Amino acid sequence: MTGYEPILTKHLGQPGSATLAYYLSNEGYKAARSAVRDMDRSQIIQTVKESGLQGRGGAGFPAGVKWSFIPQNSKKPKYLINNADEGEPGTFKDRLLINHNPHQVIEGMIIAAKAIDCHLAFIYIRGEFVKEARVLETALDECYNNKILGKGIFNSKYNLDIIVHRGAGAYICGEETGLIESLEGKRGWPRIKPPFPAIEGYLGCPTVVNNVETLANVPHIIANGGQWFRGIGANPESPGPKLYCVSGHVKKPGVYEGPCGTELTTIIYDWAGGIRDDNKLKAVIPGGSSSPVLKANEIDGLKMDFPSVQAAGSMFGSAGIIVMDETTDMVQACYNLARFYAHESCGQCTPCREGTTWLIKILDRFTKGQGRQEDIDLMLDVTDNIGGLIDLSYGSFGKTICPFGEAVSWPVRAMVEKFRPEFESYLTEKVTG
Amino acid sequence: MSFSFTTDRKKRFKALLQSYPDKRSVALPALHLAQEQEGYLTRETIEALAHMLELAPADLMDTVSFYTMFRTRPTGKYLLQTCSTLACSLNGADQLTDHLQEKLHIKVGETTPDGKFTLLKVECLGSCGTAPVLRINDDYHEKLTLGKVDRILAKLK
Repeated sequence: MTGYEPILTKHLGQPGSATLAYYLSNEGYKAARSAVRDMDRSQIIQTVKESGLQGRGGAGFPAGVKWSFIPQNSKKPKYLINNADEGEPGTFKDRLLINHNPHQVIEGMIIAAKAIDCHLAFIYIRGEFVKEARVLETALDECYNNKILGKGIFNSKYNLDIIVHRGAGAYICGEETGLIESLEGKRGWPRIKPPFPAIEGYLGCPTVVNNVETLANVPHIIANGGQWFRGIGANPESPGPKLYCVSGHVKKPGVYEGPCGTELTTIIYDWAGGIRDDNKLKAVIPGGSSSPVLKANEIDGLKMDFPSVQAAGSMFGSAGIIVMDETTDMVQACYNLARFYAHESCGQCTPCREGTTWLIKILDRFTKGQGRQEDIDLMLDVTDNIGGLIDLSYGSFGKTICPFGEAVSWPVRAMVEKFRPEFESYLTEKVTG
Repeated sequence: MSFSFTTDRKKRFKALLQSYPDKRSVALPALHLAQEQEGYLTRETIEALAHMLELAPADLMDTVSFYTMFRTRPTGKYLLQTCSTLACSLNGADQLTDHLQEKLHIKVGETTPDGKFTLLKVECLGSCGTAPVLRINDDYHEKLTLGKVDRILAKLK
């Protein structure tokens, strides 16, 4: 992308980029200082609403709107939770943001906290990220020692504490109500909504849960204005800088920053170096493992933003792009993902708990050459029973308490439907061999 | 054997109780702290922690059983966890796991007789860009080849 200067990863790889001294010498905490000292809640929320910032965890909900749901007159404490439970297969951007620039994330939290009148915030980080949790704790200590956190921050009357809270290995805790249950010390079983967390979240109090990358954008929005942010990228309805995670069969896997709306082919071929061994591309998962797979011929001209990827029948999600070349066995790939979801199903809702088990039983048969002709349609039927038919208009949600049902149904269904001949060949091989 | 925190950890536990708005929310950090000290969580440890957190032991056991990182059985000195989800699998994770099984003469889920290594296959570790990935205790080892993993294991005493 010519002419695009990285915003979120500008300081990546600079010596000391994780330290407070480095951050302060690069305009760090100026936005938070002005938000805390000079802006009121509605001004902050209005600016973030104007920016059009959409949640970067996968759902794409407008962040400013989410904040505005926190009741102004509630006497209960309000909580902010930074969701760092990065676990969607194909996604590995938040870890990078934390390791290389934790203060950018913390600054975003301070501004978000001020916007919702929160005085105790949490960073819920996946348990495996032990090193990243330490990086955050070190950064928080630096803040406490410099009146950036604690009582009367930036010499104002505003108090804010932040706690790093480690998860313990459960994908479902990335779902915001599962996360809240987990933070409360329980198993991470998602809650029925409504009530939404903004009304009854952590300990029954108004709560906002935002993804790491979402929060990392906030200081830049406050510093440069909502209109500036909305002008970044191809589509003002889905704007801003974006971290694209590219993995699988590419020459240079990694995290690449570009504007929302960057073409998927640009990301795969220009930035990630193209397909390994110059093989042919077979399929791409565009937005983390929960997004339906796209065939090679479906990605030409596809712009990576929320509406464009949805129009192509998939999801922008977390922009976790998993690339598969012509050597990929799609039955094995499907089995792999189904196994992931069966393992991570929290077990609360019957369609999901039982359905994912059915799927891996069927796929296990396939891979052992014991698949039956009717199994292909049976799999499609099972995915319908877990998550409903693929219809990305929001009306189709609802067979399970949380969107996990859809998150397993859609990708499995897409793989079976789009690569049906491969599944069928597993049956023929059984007959002939 | 009854469980109690070491002096240093007792301090950290007390600090946790003070910083959280309620006791139950300290469950996960307290379990991490206890597991870090003991290596794994016994029934006695869980009961003692439940008492400290004013929870029914069954409630805390429920929590423990939900999370893959909480272990109720001892493991080897080095806990080897190969990531097996799609991006790692596309980049040789299965071969890596097979290699470790052959090299250590154990199957996934087992511990070597000398108690040095336990091998587990786990789901997505969130490091897909540096696949395949092996987590040894708390550390990530990334972009592995079979030769690289041999060299890493040789250094573990």
